[in-house]
Amino acid sequence: MGAEYILEMENITKEFPGVKALDNIQLKVKKGTVHALMGENGAGKSTLMKILFGIYSGSGTIKFNGKELKLSGPKDALNNGISMIHQELSPVPYMTVAENIFLGREPVYGKSGWVNKKKLIENTKKLFETLNISIDPTTKMKDLSIANMQMVEIAAAVSHHANLIIMDEPTSAITEKEVEHLFKIIRSLKKKGVSIIYISHKMDEVFKICDEITVLRDGQYIGTKPAHELNQDSLIQMMVGREIKQVFHKEKAEVKEVVLSVKNLSRKGKFNNVSFEVRKGEILGIAGLMGSGRTELIESIFGIAPPTSGEIYLHGKRVSIQSPSGAIRNKIGLLTEDRKLTGAFLPLSVKENMIISSLENFVNFGYIKSRLVKKTCDAQVKRLNIKTPNLNQLIMNLSGGNQQKVLLARWLLNDPDLLILDEPTRGVDVGAKAEIHKLISKLAQEGKAIIMVSSEMPEILGMSDRVLVMHEGNQKGELSREEATQEKILEVAYQ
Amino acid sequence: MESQETIAKKPTILSDRYQTGWKEKVSEIFSRYGIFIIFLGMVTLMSFLTPYFFNVLNLINVVRQVSFIGIVAMGVTFVIITKGIDLSSGSVIALISVVAADFAHPGEHSLFVPLAIGVGVGALTGLINGTITAKGMIPPFIATLGMMTAARGLALLYSDGRPIGNLSDSFLFIGAGEILGIPFPIIVFLVVGIISHLLLSNTKFGKYTYAIGGNEQAARICGINVDRHLILVYTYAGLLTAIAGLMLTARISVGQPSMGVMYELDAIAAAVIGGTSLTGGIGTIPGTMIGALIIGVLNNGLDLLNVSSYWQQILKGAIIVTAVLIDSRKNKKS
Repeated sequence: MGAEYILEMENITKEFPGVKALDNIQLKVKKGTVHALMGENGAGKSTLMKILFGIYSGSGTIKFNGKELKLSGPKDALNNGISMIHQELSPVPYMTVAENIFLGREPVYGKSGWVNKKKLIENTKKLFETLNISIDPTTKMKDLSIANMQMVEIAAAVSHHANLIIMDEPTSAITEKEVEHLFKIIRSLKKKGVSIIYISHKMDEVFKICDEITVLRDGQYIGTKPAHELNQDSLIQMMVGREIKQVFHKEKAEVKEVVLSVKNLSRKGKFNNVSFEVRKGEILGIAGLMGSGRTELIESIFGIAPPTSGEIYLHGKRVSIQSPSGAIRNKIGLLTEDRKLTGAFLPLSVKENMIISSLENFVNFGYIKSRLVKKTCDAQVKRLNIKTPNLNQLIMNLSGGNQQKVLLARWLLNDPDLLILDEPTRGVDVGAKAEIHKLISKLAQEGKAIIMVSSEMPEILGMSDRVLVMHEGNQKGELSREEATQEKILEVAYQ
Repeated sequence: MESQETIAKKPTILSDRYQTGWKEKVSEIFSRYGIFIIFLGMVTLMSFLTPYFFNVLNLINVVRQVSFIGIVAMGVTFVIITKGIDLSSGSVIALISVVAADFAHPGEHSLFVPLAIGVGVGALTGLINGTITAKGMIPPFIATLGMMTAARGLALLYSDGRPIGNLSDSFLFIGAGEILGIPFPIIVFLVVGIISHLLLSNTKFGKYTYAIGGNEQAARICGINVDRHLILVYTYAGLLTAIAGLMLTARISVGQPSMGVMYELDAIAAAVIGGTSLTGGIGTIPGTMIGALIIGVLNNGLDLLNVSSYWQQILKGAIIVTAVLIDSRKNKKS
């Protein structure tokens, strides 16, 4: 047994005050395999990995290479041959790529403590060569794109020469091209006998790269199966414990008059000559890789960074939107891509997060009508099925999916004609995802015009009436719902 | 989102709370009313340690001493909630003191003139602080540090470095007067407290203050005019500083260019002890008022116990750090 498994975690239990986050979990990873750890948000995946990496302590036994392991902290884990790619990037922005990778273990001259910069850069170059990464080691971290930062993070995890690498959502910020690159790296690591624990919400990736799958649900161990014995439906069923038949709840909506029309819109260095329109009741998907200019495009429409040339028409009238408040006055709403960075007010309550953008409707001479607020928010909680003990709960205590619903409610309270959704289901679990999709479809039926940007192809294909394809700042084409397939979109993007 | 895995569980904990043990209950009560409990504990302790502490005259004395710093601290609370800081309040008090005193000599102007000028100067300094911070994109620490230095210089320049005395009785009333036996500064402290509390917790102005401190980028996207609001917040802080400065001048009955040294730090300390977080988005006016009272009770009690002022400073320092320590641990837990 001991020879076959690199990692055997058994009877792992972890309690936080008042709640059992993990209850008798087991996880066994074979040598030289990629093992997926699946489950909805809140299933306990990250907690389990934090125990394995020595960040949390829990009860139960961990055997690594057949020997029992007791870790005192992440450093201890690294020394034992376990490294981790964290879901959230933690770069030191003003240090170089090389300095970031070898942070805390820089090569020094003898025992002097003087950093041997030449060797540092050389080591990084060597590392990048083996991984086929072409980033200059002397670039400052802050100057890299998010995708490249993620690649650096991956390289750093590999550089520890670990026998087991934990990858917690390594692809949440990178494009398909880089995902392919990552998979190449994973395959070559496998060949060297390295094992990988792979956490991802993206089903297609999991089936592409993983050998075995362990599923957790609500802190319980559900089971482990070889990947080829499962398919998307059966895996989802294991994860949610109920069958979700239709993943995309797209209902037919009556498409009416044009709400937004954009003509030859450009922002220097970001995107050029983009023209499109969105109608009432319609969902326009914008597909494109990272760096395609899609986020910049909607930022310009919303007035965050005004365009340098081109025209925007709302209901046929030309408008000039110079700030988000201008966009809101013009009945546009924007659900941003990064919930933590530009969406949620983490130290504030669910209620405050919901009403902050529509406070005008709740005040009398600046004084807030608290009863009206409560009534309105209660209605939203009910409508969007937001799981929160009460309205005064801090939003940071909700799960990702519920946070997203609160932010969606925020924009609905403004009753926008045009709703722009940038990655509406990023970091949201399967159940909540379906609910959000259903809601988006319903909003279109109610006559809202919707622009949806997404990196997830199935989401774009499943939800959009039309798909606008962008690549490197250019509008490459438009596909109807019937025409659009994953292959077709890539074909248009690269043509 | 790493933490969401565990946090997602939270709602169930909360709904289960009623069945969980007294330990959670106690810690919940403590985390909500902790600062108030500590305050009551200090009052009780002081009452046992010295017979002179717990009598009406002394208690009124404590609250009166606290009112000046307390009023400044409330303005500073608004600023800190936006993730800013105001280092200029002490020097601005000095500037207001000499300028107002100059217009408060008996028989020259009506009472309204020195008050209006004082409030105007205070609001103007706040306006400048806010504008430099918001429009100039200069960190508030630097912007208000500049104001701190410049305002002190202006105060010395205006008064030629000398105190300005001979103030009218009507002016002196705002510092030394009493209404129904309650010192006027205490009444102002309470009124400003109530107004600030309502402003912060029940108005659009207050919500925007929290929102900007909680996530400035998100605030912009929500359509909040962040720059304008920041300017207003700093102006409000300047206004409260002016009220404190005017009363303090009347209390010691001279305009003093050396007045208010270190006041800015005491005000920040009161806000922080009262639970205002320097990371932004967190803080309350009642918390700050209690924070100021804690400092007052500590100073007064230790005075009565004949503890040297050197030790008092050391203790005060320890309490500030401890308060923040407790606060940061509380935040880590959630």
